[in-house]
Amino acid sequence: MNLSGLENDRLLAALRGLLAAKNLVSAAEIAERIAATDQASPAQGAAMVARAWTDAAFRARLLADGTRAAEEFGIMMRGAPPLGVLENAPGLHHLVVCTLCSCYPRAVLGYPPFWYKSVAYRARAVRDPRGVLAEWGTVLPEGTRIRVVDSTADYRWMVLPRRPDGTEGWDEPALAALVREGDMVGVTIPRAP
Amino acid sequence: MSGAAPPLFAAGARVRVRLDWPEQRGPAHIRTPHYVRGREGTVLRPLGRFANPEDLAFARHAPILPLYHVRFDQRALWPEAAPGDEVVVEIFGSWLETA
Repeated sequence: MNLSGLENDRLLAALRGLLAAKNLVSAAEIAERIAATDQASPAQGAAMVARAWTDAAFRARLLADGTRAAEEFGIMMRGAPPLGVLENAPGLHHLVVCTLCSCYPRAVLGYPPFWYKSVAYRARAVRDPRGVLAEWGTVLPEGTRIRVVDSTADYRWMVLPRRPDGTEGWDEPALAALVREGDMVGVTIPRAP
Repeated sequence: MSGAAPPLFAAGARVRVRLDWPEQRGPAHIRTPHYVRGREGTVLRPLGRFANPEDLAFARHAPILPLYHVRFDQRALWPEAAPGDEVVVEIFGSWLETA
């Protein structure tokens, strides 16, 4: 996009020039960061989930240190907040919200969806998680405890959902195609077709 | 806030979030949600040490503080909560005291 001549573009050019002149940030580093930001999407998180479902050693690494596990996928985590991964299990379901603003694991999931930033979701997810899940059509097995994770500070959180029944023998790409961004926030759960 | 280092809590420690409202005393940037202030919870695990965002937000010198993942029973926060449900919040050590 060419914004030459516009005030914002001149400001940006001046700032970039100063950053380069002072050896703070190079043009190449800025280009690398823009490319990483453009590349970030729920597909990256879905690929990590599919790997965790098929590779127990990766699953352990993902749960122990999400940042390093994401780097294994070539995702640029330098400069990003640490990534924590929340493992859904029989009897335990996680739901992520940022009640204070819109903290989101952008490095692995891309931009947050519009509803994640809405005042309604932020207020209700923490107080009425079961009502929110019901509106998403998400039905948890009876007796499942909900753990709402309010992303308030320096970590960013993604949910590792449970692998759906009926996917035995599926390969990683097929499994990854089942996983939506809502599954990694916890408003939905992945299902086999 | 006092200059003393905040206490270190281990996983399983019972803690209470300070019942404090700095936003009533002037401009403030606070990462401790209002709904847990004065409430008791349990440390799930320490999350490491990070610069205090309450100072970073104003470009002040920011001390490095321990950050904890603290679990609260939903029932301790909201009267209508389902039994067993929980909320887990990242809270800096400067906001926590032994319960």
